Amino acid sequence: MPVPDVAGSVAPGTAAAAVAGGASPSSRAARGLLGAAVARKDGPAKILGEARYVDDLVLPGMLHGATVRTRAAGGILERIEFGSGIDWDSFVVVTAADVPGINATQMIEQDQPVLAEHRFRHAGEPVLLLAHADRGLLREAVEAVTLHERADPSPVFSIDDALALRGEVVPGNVYRDYLMSRGDLAAGEAAAEVFFEGRFETGAQEHVYIEPQGMIAYVDAAGVLVVEGSLQCPYYVLGTLTAVTGRDAGSVRVVHCTTGGGFGGKEDYPSQLAAHAALLTLKAGGRPVKLVYDRAEDMLATPKRHPSRTLVRIGAGRDGRLCFLDVDFVLDGGAYTTLSPVVLSRGVIHAPGAYACANARVRGRAVATSHPPNGAFRGFGAPQSIFAIEQAMDGLAEALGMSPLELRRMNMLRPGDRSVPGQTIDATTDFDAVLDQALHESGYLEKRDAFAEFNAANAAAGRPLRRGIGLATFHHGAGFTGNGEVVLASEARVRANVDGCVEVVASSSEMGQGSTTTLCQIVASALGLPLERVSQAPVDTHDVPDSGPTVASRTCMVVGLIVEQAARLLRAELIQKAGLPASGADEHAFAAACARYLDGHPRLEAQARYEPPANVQWDETVFEGSPYASYAWAAYVAEVEIDLATCEVALSGFTAVQEVGKVVNPVIAAGQVEGGVVQGIGFALFEKVAWGNTGTMANNRLTNYIIPTTADIPPVQVFFQEQPGGIGPAGAKGLGELPMDGPGPAILSAVNFALGTRISSLPVMPEDVMAALSAHALRVAA
Amino acid sequence: MIPAPDLAFTLNGRTVSTVDGSIGAPSMRLLDLLRLHAGQTGTKEGCGEGECGACAVLVDGELVNSCLVPVGQLHGCTVTSIEGLPRVDPLVTAFARAGAAQCGICTPGMVLAARALLDRVPQPTLDDVREALAGNLCRCTGYARIYTAVLDAATDAGPGKAGGR
Repeated sequence: MPVPDVAGSVAPGTAAAAVAGGASPSSRAARGLLGAAVARKDGPAKILGEARYVDDLVLPGMLHGATVRTRAAGGILERIEFGSGIDWDSFVVVTAADVPGINATQMIEQDQPVLAEHRFRHAGEPVLLLAHADRGLLREAVEAVTLHERADPSPVFSIDDALALRGEVVPGNVYRDYLMSRGDLAAGEAAAEVFFEGRFETGAQEHVYIEPQGMIAYVDAAGVLVVEGSLQCPYYVLGTLTAVTGRDAGSVRVVHCTTGGGFGGKEDYPSQLAAHAALLTLKAGGRPVKLVYDRAEDMLATPKRHPSRTLVRIGAGRDGRLCFLDVDFVLDGGAYTTLSPVVLSRGVIHAPGAYACANARVRGRAVATSHPPNGAFRGFGAPQSIFAIEQAMDGLAEALGMSPLELRRMNMLRPGDRSVPGQTIDATTDFDAVLDQALHESGYLEKRDAFAEFNAANAAAGRPLRRGIGLATFHHGAGFTGNGEVVLASEARVRANVDGCVEVVASSSEMGQGSTTTLCQIVASALGLPLERVSQAPVDTHDVPDSGPTVASRTCMVVGLIVEQAARLLRAELIQKAGLPASGADEHAFAAACARYLDGHPRLEAQARYEPPANVQWDETVFEGSPYASYAWAAYVAEVEIDLATCEVALSGFTAVQEVGKVVNPVIAAGQVEGGVVQGIGFALFEKVAWGNTGTMANNRLTNYIIPTTADIPPVQVFFQEQPGGIGPAGAKGLGELPMDGPGPAILSAVNFALGTRISSLPVMPEDVMAALSAHALRVAA
Repeated sequence: MIPAPDLAFTLNGRTVSTVDGSIGAPSMRLLDLLRLHAGQTGTKEGCGEGECGACAVLVDGELVNSCLVPVGQLHGCTVTSIEGLPRVDPLVTAFARAGAAQCGICTPGMVLAARALLDRVPQPTLDDVREALAGNLCRCTGYARIYTAVLDAATDAGPGKAGGR
């Protein structure tokens, strides 16, 4: 409950907020807290194994749940047969007929059933749920169920087949078709003197959060349906639960458990899983039901990064100045819409890269296939389209006889430039400084020459080692795309208790990214308190307001701004009504003021709501305007060594330089970049989803879906530049997704440099290297 | 008929045995004994087939994946899971200082892998660390903070390496 006369909406930088800020807090403990490398609040409990994840929870009388899934790649479910030899009466059995409300996950569309009833679109679609106290019996029962399916005759397993209508998953097979068009493409083409045209592809990528997805549901003594689990977006889950159960938000509670990694994989799918657990507990009379996937089921059933296919035509004058850019970008959305339209929109907006080009067209489509739906994964469409433009820039540089570095330098966005979407680049941007530091720290120019010599000498001597170096320059917009943040209108609160301890009350969910610590740093700094006095309240939809989903590199920047505003309002309230000194107050004075205030008021809270800066205007009908309030800028350099005998690509060095506005916590920020870069290395070199005959992941085990290990990863060099241009606290920008964008293109450039090939798809597996070398040898021989 | 032999071993300093019922079937996975029977949930299940290392524990000082070990193999052994590690171990301090735990699900196994290394090689090189931890997957950190933590714990060199700048 907000304090009546201070709560409400405040825009960043409004008079209310400025007054509330008053004289800045002067406590020694708080000084410099923004930017301090303080230890994570969640560190010790996690390190000692004391943090409780959903699978660690045991509730009295708890049942275990399991899911029976379709086997055909779309079709008609004709009958469910329950086999003999199982005491079915001892099981809780749930089908679509048991759904009291709407049988659909509440995402952008409502096309994905929570449980398939008749028509289904992909293999692995949930049909039947079972629960039992004995997990051994549960496994036997799942085996004893037979789904009688009439399979669709022509499932669709590729983007090309979807576009060519070789089979139809939905009418026309296209979920969304976007066009971003600027300038005069024909005039740009006429003016261009050197051209490049290419087709680029990226594969699906599995999140491999080390904690598989899981939920526990029960009905509490007050009759409230409670669902606790591993998730990123409590209010998304709540939205699906109220729709599926027909209950109102007051009789459903969603509680966030310690979450063992998300990376986007726990953005949309937990709504399905929560609905399943909820349906089981409701059928079981409210008895607790735990539904935790094993690794194989998690990899089979949950979303992946969208595979992509991008056609790029690009042209420049002989001086290298870009004249036109024409991109046709397609994502494989899988069998239901889920988040594909917004993944697509971010991909389209990032497709021109971080370059100025007056004449540009980007068409983007998300198509339907018979794969399980693809969804959010760190970067959200941008890694796919940035990969394509970066590779095309390399191709154009080659056609121009320029170095990839020179071509980038010629066209990169600088203050005052208009980006292709239509955003004027602000004065704080210094992309050249980012690039310069990346070149310097990596020794790019020296290594480029040394590697070329090394390769020539080795080729002449018949030795098998080759070395390569590659560069990617890019930017990533933080926060929801376009008007997303306007629609969200996120809220958060700050609450103080009688002992002067303060809680951040927000739905932002810690999943490893460090949001609890950074949000507490921001609030402690605004209140002039030592960090130990501030904690995050448990994320429970009966207590926390909707701060928006924990996605899109938005938590530190957007929610951080909201909690900072709320903290300032709370401080102003204490100054006004409880005699908190306007300056020089330490935590004891703060606690005393809280005690005085709470002597006459039931609670001490302040709430704020996000309002985007006035200059962020976006017209999503024509994809024009300023799609993001802040951009982070980066230049990444990858170095590889390739053994022609084994065709293995070893990463030998990686340098990541980025400008992210204020770095609120250098250790957490570096950890985000290091982790994102390594996921990007996996995307580039290791992680290949193999599709089985029915369009589900065939290598759905960690035995044969390979993510990077310590043996693969040398120390990554990470550097930050801080320009005060972000809209977040003290100028912070979002940074969580940025590091996913650069490794793919930089690594492939390095591989192509080393081999003289023009490989154009990711991941690059040894067999791809071998095939490219054979093709190259044939070309050379001809 | 030969009766099933009694089975007993030390789990985090306490004797468990078939005699007192603290061990069930010898075929039970050590992971399940820890999590389901002993209620010690610091050991995590990430894959159930010995690939990820989230369930790693020490058996007589050797790092093993507890999802692959039936308790029947452990007679007379000493098993240490994260709950058996001293609360003030230098590794715990170093992991916290370096920011080596993000989501934390791999961390207990990672700490035990590091413990096994440091017990064997008190002053490891970076290559030693990379080799010793190669069976433990982490999807959050990119491993850099973990390298820093293990090397710091070995040298007690302080937080100087942790800034990433």
